[in-house]
Amino acid sequence: MQQLANWAMETVKRRGASYSDVRVMDIRLRDISVKNGEVGVLAESESLGIGIRVIASGAWGFAGTDRLTREGVQACAAEAVAIAKASALAKRENVALAPEQAYVDTWQNPFLKDPFRIPIERQIDLLLAADKEMRRVKGVTLAEGSMSFRRIEQLFASSAGSSIHQIKMQSGAGIVATSFAGSEIQKRSYPNSFGGQHMLAGYELVESLDLAGNAQRIAEECVALHSAAQCPEGQRTIILGSSQLGLQIHESIGHPIELDRVLGMEANFAGMSFLTTEKLRKLKYGSDIVNVVADARLAHGPGLGTFAYDDEGVPAQCTPIITNGLFTGYLSNRETAAAIGENRSNGTMRTESWNRLPIIRMTNISLNPGSWNYDDLIADTDDAILMETNRSWSIDDKRYHFQFSTEIGWEIKGGKKARMLKNPSYSGITTEFWNSCDAICSRDHWTLWGTPNCGKGQPMQTMGTGHGAAPARFRDVKIGAAFAK
Amino acid sequence: MKNKKFGGRHPERVRASERPKDLSSGDLEGIARRVLDLSEADETEVEISAATDALTRFANNTIHQNVAERTLSISVRAVVDGRTARATTNKTGEESLRRVVASAAALARNEPENPNLLPMLRAQKYKKVARFFAATAATTPEARARAVKRVCSMADKNKQTAAGIFSSGSMRSVLANSKGLFARYEQTRAEFSVTILEENSSGWAKANSPDVRQIHPDALAESASRKAAESRQPRELAPGRYTVILEPPAVLDLLGFLFYDFAGTAMLDKRSCLSGRMGKKIFGENITIWDDAYHPLQWGAPFDGEGVPRQKVLLVERGVPKNLVYSRATAKKMKAKPTGHGFSLPNEYGEAPMNLVIAGGDQSVDEMIRATERGILVTRLWYIREVDPYEKILTGMTRDGTFLVEGGRVAGGIRNFRFNQSIIEMLANADMLGPSVRAAGEESFEMVVPAMRVRGFHFSEVTKF
Repeated sequence: MQQLANWAMETVKRRGASYSDVRVMDIRLRDISVKNGEVGVLAESESLGIGIRVIASGAWGFAGTDRLTREGVQACAAEAVAIAKASALAKRENVALAPEQAYVDTWQNPFLKDPFRIPIERQIDLLLAADKEMRRVKGVTLAEGSMSFRRIEQLFASSAGSSIHQIKMQSGAGIVATSFAGSEIQKRSYPNSFGGQHMLAGYELVESLDLAGNAQRIAEECVALHSAAQCPEGQRTIILGSSQLGLQIHESIGHPIELDRVLGMEANFAGMSFLTTEKLRKLKYGSDIVNVVADARLAHGPGLGTFAYDDEGVPAQCTPIITNGLFTGYLSNRETAAAIGENRSNGTMRTESWNRLPIIRMTNISLNPGSWNYDDLIADTDDAILMETNRSWSIDDKRYHFQFSTEIGWEIKGGKKARMLKNPSYSGITTEFWNSCDAICSRDHWTLWGTPNCGKGQPMQTMGTGHGAAPARFRDVKIGAAFAK
Repeated sequence: MKNKKFGGRHPERVRASERPKDLSSGDLEGIARRVLDLSEADETEVEISAATDALTRFANNTIHQNVAERTLSISVRAVVDGRTARATTNKTGEESLRRVVASAAALARNEPENPNLLPMLRAQKYKKVARFFAATAATTPEARARAVKRVCSMADKNKQTAAGIFSSGSMRSVLANSKGLFARYEQTRAEFSVTILEENSSGWAKANSPDVRQIHPDALAESASRKAAESRQPRELAPGRYTVILEPPAVLDLLGFLFYDFAGTAMLDKRSCLSGRMGKKIFGENITIWDDAYHPLQWGAPFDGEGVPRQKVLLVERGVPKNLVYSRATAKKMKAKPTGHGFSLPNEYGEAPMNLVIAGGDQSVDEMIRATERGILVTRLWYIREVDPYEKILTGMTRDGTFLVEGGRVAGGIRNFRFNQSIIEMLANADMLGPSVRAAGEESFEMVVPAMRVRGFHFSEVTKF
């Protein structure tokens, strides 16, 4: 890998680049899915290539190739410089980067069981066992399960002298029961929707989920939803389960704090942000109990946003995003940090693969645990709706107005969980919503969820992000608008 | 003259002899034959694609990202004892090819037998499509930068801010199998998308085509600029049901959510909104929809993931869902004929129509506006998600150019709405259609689609901008 990086950096230097960094990445994937007792997807893939980013004539250029001969790498490097010089045709100012030291280091996330060494038939059997349990429940019309594994080995090298070797192992799995009856399709997922739970971990994560042990329960809930009452419309207290709250954090905190959005760089596609720079350290984002961090360090947990160095060679950091309700930090890179006068990037540049330019991405954006025991929170709540497991999500292009619906809801009456509700939904304005938070459960109820499918950038990149959350209560929230007539 | 225009700078060019050589169709066929020779599986299929893509991205009236990539994918499917699996690599060395062939077979051996697996197809005949344009493949970073520079200068002059992309690229692919099937396809692609921003308003326009000469960045930017100017100081309207005029990209982004429901597999899985609705008049008399890979405004290969020739399929005729699309396996299960819409095997979703053509009418957007006493004109929609899979209720936001129409004219910009709308109901309430055009959005694949006026479109909430 180092030889490939050296060929690239020698070429770009010779052609006049003032800065360069290179990522050589070797990515291995395994995907398995089952559906109604049969194998759906069974596939492995590998991809090895190099991405070369340069500043030349004061502007950016990037090129990536999987032709890893000396000639192929040198041609790619020359193309990156030529592209940078073409960029300079329409530049306003020279690119400026916040300072960063050079690092030489090696890192690998800890895991117990290499998922690529677990026999395929064992992995398929585990999914088929859960699938069978779901289909035993009368009324289930579709049972699905999936697993996916990623091993990413990468070398980052820069003209500043960094040489950072990292290996990340990622695992994930989940199951879904679907039931069609009359004129209604209902769905329940475990442990989360849209692919289940994903972490920077080995196969031990999949084994710990006990998919088969939870299959019957979610299948029964799925069928029971057909006869449940419809979630009402109106203004109500809601309690969000931790996985739903994880997605709420992702959409209404994680995205608006991306500094490239704030500065207009995503205006054509992903959109901008209501969090304009004058709001930093002034906006009351949430209530006093709301504390959110962006933490890429392993100490935060093995989330999909955990690493030792970002893809710009900046060490993993913990940045306070919301502190006792006050908005205190953005996600930055070296260029945007310099643009707003910060003295250092907080290390959030990430790339999907060798052929994509690193861009600002969420790391682990987590709501710190509160103090409530879950049972005590329910007992303390007189009239509310508990909503669990995301079904749909949508938010405007400044990340201000959102609407979420969940797979299942429960009435909370007089401090007790009462009848099941179907088609729950809630909507609101980001800051109004977070300011209405009056209770957050403790670390005993806190989970670091993985969102493996966050899309951003042009060309589009998919990235895994982490979101720690515990169930929390919000007052006076609009519910039911999704199904209002 | 050109250099003077750009301040006398001479961008360093990569000489043609230095550029990485694109793999030819012959190169890909050579790799495919080698893979098939190496395999000892009962049956073997190989899909190879080589792509060159470049994208110039601008914001704040300057280029801020500018990228290019060359990628190769060699994907092998092996069949062993009635089982099948896939392994993929981007490495072309002999050892890598041997490994990917062995991996596919090893994966297949370790799964349960698949009773629905069909033998691979023999050689097929395909209609010719011409979707590779040398002008697109030859587009340089300098050419893209010059176009972007003009757009940024226009925005500067208008005291506006431009953001967007200009991309170009080409791909070649081969699909071959051990039964003698050999299918080839090549295509180029160019795309320009622009958002023009003012302090409290914005406008957007986008186009793509296999032929870069059909992309007109200046005209697109002028359209977006006009929308930004005309939607300044947006007023807030109360949510409710409104007559809406949806421009083609907005129609496209909504209808894209409907069409997986036309897959035979979705019907078998009971997750299609057409369960119990086939043959019934659920849309308006004016709604007729085909899937047609050969339409002159469409793109894509004339064969599916297994090499079945794509057929033109009438999906909806005068408001009545008539036909589904089928892969080979789904067709066998449902006693139908394959339509050439299957995905690469193995997969769990079966098939889908990907070349939609929605019959248009003869009323322009201007005529729709003139015929509307009070309504909302929508340029673009955003973050659309499915709320109810059977009633097909979708939610999302308007974006980048939302206008009040009053007394037959555009009466100014309004704050963006959230909608919660059944698209089955929407297609029943479309009372005016424009001519069908090739449109591009962000939430769905490209379609040939008309603008639509729709009665009683449900806006449930309004945002703050």
